[in-house]
Amino acid sequence: MSDHVVLLDSYPSMFGMRVRIALAEKGIEYEYKEEDLSNKSPLLLKMNPVHKKIPVLIHNGRPVCESLVEVQYIDEVWKDKSPLLPSHPYQRAQARFWADYVDKKIYDAGRKIWTTKGEEQETAKNELIDCLKVLEGELGDKPYFGGESFGFVDIALLPFSTWFYAYETLGNFSIEAECPKLIAWVNRCKEKETVSKSLSDPHKVYEFVLGLRKKLGI
Amino acid sequence: MAKEGVKLLDFWASPFCMRAKIALGEKGVAYEGQEEDLFGGKSELLLSSNPIYQKVPVLLHNDKPIVESSNIVTYIDEAWPAPPLMPACAFGRARARFWADFIDKKIFEGGSKIWMSKGEELEVAKNEFIDILKKLEGALGEKDYFNGDTFGFVDIILIGLTSWFFAYEKFGGFKVEDHCPTFSAWIKRCMERESVSKVIPAPESVCECVVMLRKMHGVE
Repeated sequence: MSDHVVLLDSYPSMFGMRVRIALAEKGIEYEYKEEDLSNKSPLLLKMNPVHKKIPVLIHNGRPVCESLVEVQYIDEVWKDKSPLLPSHPYQRAQARFWADYVDKKIYDAGRKIWTTKGEEQETAKNELIDCLKVLEGELGDKPYFGGESFGFVDIALLPFSTWFYAYETLGNFSIEAECPKLIAWVNRCKEKETVSKSLSDPHKVYEFVLGLRKKLGI
Repeated sequence: MAKEGVKLLDFWASPFCMRAKIALGEKGVAYEGQEEDLFGGKSELLLSSNPIYQKVPVLLHNDKPIVESSNIVTYIDEAWPAPPLMPACAFGRARARFWADFIDKKIFEGGSKIWMSKGEELEVAKNEFIDILKKLEGALGEKDYFNGDTFGFVDIILIGLTSWFFAYEKFGGFKVEDHCPTFSAWIKRCMERESVSKVIPAPESVCECVVMLRKMHGVE
């Protein structure tokens, strides 16, 4: 049976990148549709009426929304290749916990860095570094968060690395100086072709953030 | 460690703890419940088994902790596969996870805005909350349960939160049944299940809890 897969996405979106990586890991062919978020397509509004957000994975006409839900769906449907989640229930629970930690902490801390200045920005920088250090602790000496193999938590966190250049430039700090092991992990992951072809260019992300700041009057 | 090595760090009024208790009940898994004093002082066990968030519920299975309520319910479903709480097909499971995430993002925070505010702000909070319930009504449709013909994952994620609705209705000056009758019917249907009715506290008791929270937050 031939699958028809469409991804509604936006180039700089770290959430979209998660789905791109998962699709690449499974070797799935799909149609990529770039959304203009200031002028959302009727297709996006129809496929995600609740949140009206990207990414949306459309599989044989049926939409799956929320990036981590999409990654799990991809893992379950195309289960014969490159498992993204461990098989044991306890390890699966750990993986979901850490992916959820990334969702709860990293986006908001990062956003505060490029939307604020002075005291507020300092606090945001410290918050981000603290959270990244917790993640570094969880990674430990493992090559990937998944252990020997690249997996769910790696996919959840990795796209945020494309926004590090923007955070560092606008916040005037170095993430590598604070979290060298984490950056080593980023570079290790980027050696995988599935990752390097799915991640967006940090300089283009930075340009995008500058544009957003202008729009928001920052 | 007693009872099949399953222990739950709990708080009677927490809708998130109710999720874990209902799931264990549905699976017929015996467990030891430990009530935490969230205002007086959290136990060493809670702080050491959930160092990052220091919150309940925490499920300890043979001393290994699992935290975050939706994650706990998923773990319970996978560790004790019968009866299944999730649909069989991947798309059905993706929909279930989507709505569980929606509920997690919207209900408790939306309800809190009601009891934390007054005047104009309260009106806005109330209307937003009703909109959220209407979206859920849309997801429920004509089905008996969010899971379909059988009580399942999304029902478990949501039903405990409804024990706080009496407090929202009191402070918001509205009745959920007037705006969302299908939703109210679903609540009644779930309350007929033993796994649910034995863990949902009396709404009046939860309301007293909310009155105390209002005082703590300096409302009125």
